[in-house]
Amino acid sequence: MESAKYVSQKISKTRWRPVSYSSLQQPDIFATGSWDNEENKVSVWSIGNLGSSGLEDGFEGDPQLICEQKHDGDVLDLQTMSICKHWARAHRYPSDNAPSTGVACNSPEIVTVGEDGRIIVFRADQEGVVRVIENADSSTLHAVTYLRTTEVLTVNSIGQLKLWDLRQQSNSPSQILSLSRDRVPLYCVDRHPNQQHIVATGGQDGMLCVWDVRQGNMPFSLMEAHSAEMWEVHFHPTNPDHLFTCSEDGSLLHWETSSPSEMPSFLQGGRNSNMTSRSAMAPAGGNQSIISAWLHGDSSKSRLETTHMLPSQTLSVNSLDVLGQCLVCGTDGEAIFVNRQVPV
Amino acid sequence: MEELQQVAGVDVFDFICLTSAFFPFFSQVSILLAIELIWNLCEVLFIDAAPAGSLLLHLLDWVRLHKADVDEKAKDVLQSDSPAEHHNYWDVVVSYVLQGRLEEARQMLVKQATLQPASRNMYKLMDSLLSKMPFYNPGGTQTLTEFDVKWRNWHEEVDRYLKDNTFASNRHLELICKILVGDEDTLLEQKELLSTWYHFLVTRLLYSHPTVKPTDLHYYAQSCLTMFLDSRSVQEPLDSILLAAFEFDIYLVIKDCSIVLNNWWFVAHLTDLLDHCKLLQSHNLNFGSNMREFLLLEYASGLFTHHSLWQCAVDYFDHCPELGRACLELQIERVPLDTERKALKVLRICEERQMSEQVRSICKIMAMRALRNNRLGSALSWSIRAKDAAFATLISERFLQDYCAKGTFSDLDLIDNLGPAMLLSDRLTFLGKYREFHKLYGEKRFKEAAKLLLSLMTAKIAPQSFWMTLLTDALPLLEQKEVIFSADQTYELMYCLEELTSSLDTEEDVEQTKVELLRLSLARNLAMAIIKEGTVET
Repeated sequence: MESAKYVSQKISKTRWRPVSYSSLQQPDIFATGSWDNEENKVSVWSIGNLGSSGLEDGFEGDPQLICEQKHDGDVLDLQTMSICKHWARAHRYPSDNAPSTGVACNSPEIVTVGEDGRIIVFRADQEGVVRVIENADSSTLHAVTYLRTTEVLTVNSIGQLKLWDLRQQSNSPSQILSLSRDRVPLYCVDRHPNQQHIVATGGQDGMLCVWDVRQGNMPFSLMEAHSAEMWEVHFHPTNPDHLFTCSEDGSLLHWETSSPSEMPSFLQGGRNSNMTSRSAMAPAGGNQSIISAWLHGDSSKSRLETTHMLPSQTLSVNSLDVLGQCLVCGTDGEAIFVNRQVPV
Repeated sequence: MEELQQVAGVDVFDFICLTSAFFPFFSQVSILLAIELIWNLCEVLFIDAAPAGSLLLHLLDWVRLHKADVDEKAKDVLQSDSPAEHHNYWDVVVSYVLQGRLEEARQMLVKQATLQPASRNMYKLMDSLLSKMPFYNPGGTQTLTEFDVKWRNWHEEVDRYLKDNTFASNRHLELICKILVGDEDTLLEQKELLSTWYHFLVTRLLYSHPTVKPTDLHYYAQSCLTMFLDSRSVQEPLDSILLAAFEFDIYLVIKDCSIVLNNWWFVAHLTDLLDHCKLLQSHNLNFGSNMREFLLLEYASGLFTHHSLWQCAVDYFDHCPELGRACLELQIERVPLDTERKALKVLRICEERQMSEQVRSICKIMAMRALRNNRLGSALSWSIRAKDAAFATLISERFLQDYCAKGTFSDLDLIDNLGPAMLLSDRLTFLGKYREFHKLYGEKRFKEAAKLLLSLMTAKIAPQSFWMTLLTDALPLLEQKEVIFSADQTYELMYCLEELTSSLDTEEDVEQTKVELLRLSLARNLAMAIIKEGTVET
């Protein structure tokens, strides 16, 4: 069931509070950040507990505001951590403050990127900055995500993905990937939860690209997704055959891929060798490597279903987050949508 | 609506009496209630355009909707232990009668009747009078005249009972009887329960002229207003607006609302609605058909100054066919662009409407900003979006200047990965190719590097100002032990050098030593090349 709540502020980011995987609870608390207000806020909302499993489907709990906190400037990214700290003026231009556009956490480390092209590393238990990679990029870095505990991946305005190894002291990326066609700005990136070499990106032209980071310079698949900028892309954390994207054109898409055979995709490694040789980019590891359903270059081999998740066209959907069976998204129409029965 | 009135605890008439300084939120609610009142009345009179008969029914609904405190009082009374002895009991009953809610009045009266068995007959009589009052049924087969006849009969019956003093012993029932007969003085005595002149108007019409025609409405409205307001109270703006509505003067309604309300929201939407119902065009004003657009533009322009509602304003401009686009073009450039994300959204709005001028201008602003902050990659990405070749040239010049100053390229990640963007401007192409030359040189692929270098000059990709640098770059290639430039290529290099020096002759002399050195190297290379090409392999 989808419920909309109008909150009188344009929502730029929404994130679920993580729940431990061992409990069977569905997430019930999420945070939102607003933008374009004179006073922006980070608010925490609860959708109430679903109670025991015997509850009927139609339970619609309106999100209730638990608390909120003022925020200087637009909220451009949110991550949840157990500790809260404030580092001011981390991103700046020579004469002015620069917006910080993305943040990634791998407790206790925090990495931020901004319009000034810097990558800054913080630690939750330290006051100052741990490390700054100056001039990491000549254009704006729009998003950052952890690939491994010591590696981060950034995307920028000229369509490049850059891999950074934080153990190295050098200020240059260990790898650069980009599309060979027009270098459209990329605005979001997300890593496959189980297979760390697979990432998905989205950008100005609304195309969804899935990359294999080991593979060199070409994305594995390009899919037309939206008619305007794609703001966020998320793999489902426990069911990575599902992917969610949201866009400026006001739609939120749910992508579901399934492998052609009945076997789950992680077992396909050696068996479908004829399948791998036919695909345009054979994985470097040969037959034994695990092939994810996302990496089939030819989309006719694997079934890819897309469904619109929002009832009607709204203003831009700026952000989404998905955990378990719950999806939350925020729009420029000052509304938060919560769906508690996402079919995953 | 009812909840809102309960929360506010006031009814609409008080909205001007409250000082907004003390209750800022409070007065907002009152204004909202007032607006709702006006809007509903406009719906009834202008849009539904109810004819005589159903007009009154609609007006009754309208009054009932906007006077919800009756229900709250009734709830109180009914929840008490002995409703009939509650101090508000009779107020509730009379209020029901004033609003024409006779069924509910009857139900309340039953409670009183059981308490007073001695007056049982009187109560029964009243009950039957109340039940027999005819109400016009628009969907039924009865015509208006038939209804009128029936109603007059009933009216005469009530009048008879009144004249016979049937209810004289019970002042409450007598009061109700007088109301039913439509006695003006009695109604005026109920000022407190009525609380507004328009309630008085509707009640009066209900009990004396239920078949009132729309065209006659304003006579009654004016007289009721005068009667209701005594010497103490003065006519409020809300009253004038309602009066104008009863007179079916749409323009006056709109004008008064514009004056009273400090915001174009209500007026713009009301006018838009009326325009869609084709009610504004029947009037012969020379800006009649454009009034809607005028008001919508005013409203949308006001919205645009709001820090976050400017996005909504865009839709309003889209719906103004004549001037909307022009206004949007002017306004959209003034949205403050604090972050790139906001700029991207603004750009998307412009691109969807093919406002290419605005796209260029916004991209130029962002690119200049990026350039000032030394973010050359950002600047380039903005000029690519705007397809702004001139700016791309500017950026390339910047890069080249940096190179000349420092000897190395900054932002190699950008230049190495230009891709098809290179073709946007000649200078950019040159930059890309020049970097390629350096890469080839670094990889020791001298022959290819040499070929590329030459082509940069002969194909006129390189700007002449840079030729000196290019020729200087050629020096190490010329000085190599192995012959890299062929004879033909050397001739072309010499030609380029001559072209360069002859064109620069009139200006300050290019470093003569460099030119001398070049001429020497070229000559030596030429010699070696001729020899090499003339040698037959043995």
